[in-house]
Amino acid sequence: MASKKRARNPHDKHRLSGRRLREWGYGYVFILPWAVGISVFFLYACARSIQYALSDVRLTNGLSITYQGFANFVNIFTTDNTFPVALMSFATGLILRVPIIVAFALIMALLLNSKIRARALFRVVFFLPVIIATGPVMDELTRQGVASVPMVNQATIGALLGTLPQWIGEPIQELFSSLILILWYSGVQILIFIAGLQKVPKDVYEAARIDGASAWESFWKVTLPTVKPMILLNAVYTIVALATSGQNEIITMIYDNMFNSAVRRGYGYAAAMAWAYALVVSAALAVAFLLLRDKSDRKVVYEQRRIVMKGGYYNDGKQ
Amino acid sequence: MTASNKALRAKRILLGGNERRGLLLNIAVYALLIPIAFIFIYPILYMLTTSLMPKEDLLDSYTKWIPSSVYLKNYTDATLTLDYWKSLFKNLQIAILPTIAQTLICSMAGYGFARYKFPLKTMWMGVLLLSFLLPPQLTIMPNYVLFGRLQLTGKIWAFIVPALLGVGFKAALCVLIFYNFHRQIPSSLIEAAEIDGATNLGAYFRIALPLSAPAVVVVVLFSFVWYWNETYLTQVYLGYASSRVGGLTTLMLELGKFQASYESIYSVLEASPNRLNDAIRMAGTMISIVPLLLVYLVLQRQFIESVDKAGITGE
Repeated sequence: MASKKRARNPHDKHRLSGRRLREWGYGYVFILPWAVGISVFFLYACARSIQYALSDVRLTNGLSITYQGFANFVNIFTTDNTFPVALMSFATGLILRVPIIVAFALIMALLLNSKIRARALFRVVFFLPVIIATGPVMDELTRQGVASVPMVNQATIGALLGTLPQWIGEPIQELFSSLILILWYSGVQILIFIAGLQKVPKDVYEAARIDGASAWESFWKVTLPTVKPMILLNAVYTIVALATSGQNEIITMIYDNMFNSAVRRGYGYAAAMAWAYALVVSAALAVAFLLLRDKSDRKVVYEQRRIVMKGGYYNDGKQ
Repeated sequence: MTASNKALRAKRILLGGNERRGLLLNIAVYALLIPIAFIFIYPILYMLTTSLMPKEDLLDSYTKWIPSSVYLKNYTDATLTLDYWKSLFKNLQIAILPTIAQTLICSMAGYGFARYKFPLKTMWMGVLLLSFLLPPQLTIMPNYVLFGRLQLTGKIWAFIVPALLGVGFKAALCVLIFYNFHRQIPSSLIEAAEIDGATNLGAYFRIALPLSAPAVVVVVLFSFVWYWNETYLTQVYLGYASSRVGGLTTLMLELGKFQASYESIYSVLEASPNRLNDAIRMAGTMISIVPLLLVYLVLQRQFIESVDKAGITGE
């Protein structure tokens, strides 16, 4: 079997064509079940869902689909008075929550990565919500009013926020009232950051210290550039997690428009909502990517690694 | 020892020296970590104490934390309301069977992507990423219709079939985890097996799969948790909207309709002493998270080390 390296070698090109064909075949053998599944349940389903969004879909003995152009899209934004509002508040929610969750996760990871006692216990506590924070559980907890930080004086915050314009004040108020649940979303991100921090070679810190950098400086110049790819990863993870969370108003709306006989306006309408929603999520992901992608910082990290590697200390096995 | 020496030592202890952190910084670290840890478990503590309260305590504004007596009837009521043992058994089915299928298929796909080159690979990888990033609401309607046609809705197959085709809950993430892991296994190991006469599939099952044990553990644990916790898609696949076919359910779904179930079991009049109260609700919430809580406490190490082992952060 041709390995990746050998297949890339131009001299082997002709000799290995039979082997290559076999490699192709085996590649497809391994991905086959997945490829079938993703084609049917994702690609085909997406195509159908576009068709639904552009049609009037009725469930009268079987499915009757009548093409009607962009009517559904016009309707969700003009005749529906809850959807555009919910979509807006989802977007502002992302803008507020993603930086909070990611920054919080980074701070927690930095604290947990330092030499402290009972580190394992703290990690168990911070990861716990990942296991138990589900839609119905969160709903019950919100009903009990335990979603906000205890002992934070709500009245004081309320008064402070009252001085702000409403469109800033309201989302922030909401933020405080469900702060615990927001922080509960940070479990996986904390672990990703810790894993990233542990990959920073100790020697780089040592070198920075010898060169006279303070802890503050080495955080900005060494730690942050190294975890930057993980910041992007975590931002993406957070956006996806928030977008599919059971607490999310919009996905409930889509469900209700499909199934809830009291309020539903049909599959076509729900599909249009889903696509509008997917566009907002994609836009959020694109913004995160553009803001956080590696520009020159990456080079700095590689440069550091190369220098250390030249010294012969750093042995990652992958580089 | 001179005075200046003493001052220097004091400074070193407080602010730290070259090798160790100072006392002040240490105090600051704990002063942050301990309250935040408390905030994290506060809802669970609240749940636990409230669930043990007789209803007089709920009304008494002086009783906030410690119940005046441990009132376990909340738990018997909640067990009955959730139809606990039956729901638990069905929930285990819904969580375990798809998890096994999902792990195997995603592992194969991840291995295929990591090890082989084949035409259109970039396109398939792109599709994989898209299926991770885009919300599942896009495909839910056509899939619901399709499941109805295939008569899967409401049956356990509605969970097993997608898992067997690598499109179970968060399957894209599972494939990515395996892809990352297998990329880091030196290909010389696989080649050595192939030189020794193993077939491609043989090399996968005998070498790559055992070597990827840490990734398997991660995917098994998380798939189990996802299948256990997912309510939105589960509701759709079980055909909750149309009719309750098959009688499958999960504890989370039962918790979601706790009030309705309670009211259909106990006659509820406005002034009735058995009215549903917060203590019973909290008891219900508590017992529906207990199974996963136990799994987590027993396997906490595996969960905590999962991210590291899965090599998600590897370049």
